[in-house]
Amino acid sequence: MTASARVFFVGGAISYRALFNWISPGMYVTTMLGSPLFQILFFTYLGRYAGSEDDSFFIVGNAIQVAAMAGIYGMTMGIANERQYGTLQPLLATPANRLAIFAGRALPFVANGLFVSAFGFAVSWLLLDFRPAEGSVPALVVAVFVTTCSCVALGMLIGSIGLRARDVFFGANLVYFLMLLVCGVNIPNDELPGWLGAIGNCLPLTHGIEAAREIVAGTPLSDVSGLLLTEAFIGLVYATAAYTLFRVFEAEGRRRASLETY
Amino acid sequence: MSLRLFWAGWLFHLKGLTNSLFFLLVSVLQPVIFASIAFFMVDTGSQSGTLLYVALGAGLMGIWSATLFGSGGAIQWQRWQGTLELLVGAPPPFVAILFPLTVATSTIGIYSVFATLLWGRIFFAVPLDFVHPLQLAVALPATILSLGMLGLLLASTFVLYRNANAFSNLLEYPVWLATGLLVPLSLLPGWVTPISWVLSPTWGMRAIRDAAFGGNAWPELAMCVGLGIVYLGLGALALRNFERLARSRATLSLT
Repeated sequence: MTASARVFFVGGAISYRALFNWISPGMYVTTMLGSPLFQILFFTYLGRYAGSEDDSFFIVGNAIQVAAMAGIYGMTMGIANERQYGTLQPLLATPANRLAIFAGRALPFVANGLFVSAFGFAVSWLLLDFRPAEGSVPALVVAVFVTTCSCVALGMLIGSIGLRARDVFFGANLVYFLMLLVCGVNIPNDELPGWLGAIGNCLPLTHGIEAAREIVAGTPLSDVSGLLLTEAFIGLVYATAAYTLFRVFEAEGRRRASLETY
Repeated sequence: MSLRLFWAGWLFHLKGLTNSLFFLLVSVLQPVIFASIAFFMVDTGSQSGTLLYVALGAGLMGIWSATLFGSGGAIQWQRWQGTLELLVGAPPPFVAILFPLTVATSTIGIYSVFATLLWGRIFFAVPLDFVHPLQLAVALPATILSLGMLGLLLASTFVLYRNANAFSNLLEYPVWLATGLLVPLSLLPGWVTPISWVLSPTWGMRAIRDAAFGGNAWPELAMCVGLGIVYLGLGALALRNFERLARSRATLSLT
């Protein structure tokens, strides 16, 4: 295994374990599974009350959006916590490949997001009688994977900002809640005012959720490839911006000796 | 003495919370976002004439969130700040010190009611016509006080857990659902209804809606306050037990 690959896989795994070392498995269940479950139930029942869309609309939207919880919060903490816990300086003093350090942290959160989303769909099948079109599950997995990756990329960007900002979790929380509003999770994007819809179109989730809804309704993967490519492209843009910021803040922090100052 | 203690604790904690970005998010931004989602959903759906219903519900959701995160973490924050020993060591009973803190966290939620009503009025033309303004003026603070008492019970229970915040995350949506803040209980499975009866936000929400839309808010208000007193009694008992255990095991400041 080359040094960079080792940093990518082992470094990412250790970072992920470090994030959860202070909580018990019970805490993981309550935060990463319990909360998403009730979010799906809440919006599905609210949808039934409002009579705006069918159950499937809210289930797909929220079961994919909960992957953003792992992607955004997890990735934000995965990067920004290095500064908060005082490990940023030793980390950046190593000669390790920066891209491997940075990208390695993303892998566990992609897996986590996929798991949380799969759990959301499974409980919806169990509790809300959610039934995707026959044979659509593999394509749905692809859509969820692409969307989770782009959410992780957004988390990377917020995490990178956390290398400089004082209270990055305010931003992470705000983005997470705004995504419920503008990304077509609970309201079709074309029902929103134009400017809100435009914001949603520039964020991860929007195109992925749209693709997933079509897949669940029976549309083949090839017919939604455009939406998924757009989702992947948006993720790539955020990841590039995040890595660029990471390097800029690293260089700036070294120059001004301010890596861990608040 | 007790009133002065309550006032000083409430005011001090309220000022602290007002300076917190997290509570700005929980008590203003989050309710406004959830209210907007509900407004759009109702607007595009088959329900009509329910925008004020939604605005009030979203406002109370914010009060619950503030209570949940604020009260659930009240003791833990004192621990982190190193002030828990001083508070427990002070002459007044610990419950008399903690109670104003938990009421302050629910009070901060009043921002959410005003924020969702104002937001709804400006951007969604929500009609702010309240049938019984006097009843509303009583129902709102009474609900907040009752939620503060529920917060005390939460604080005394969560102290047993090292990561109470995770439980706070878990309890936010279920209570929104089970108390019928946005979704009528009649849409939920039947077994949810008995649960809703022991949660004071259910009665507070009913009282506020009765006051807003016409109806007799007083019976619901009595239930809301009555439940609050029960929470206060249970919370005081749990706290006394916690304090005794923490003193005997010397674990008060351990996180």
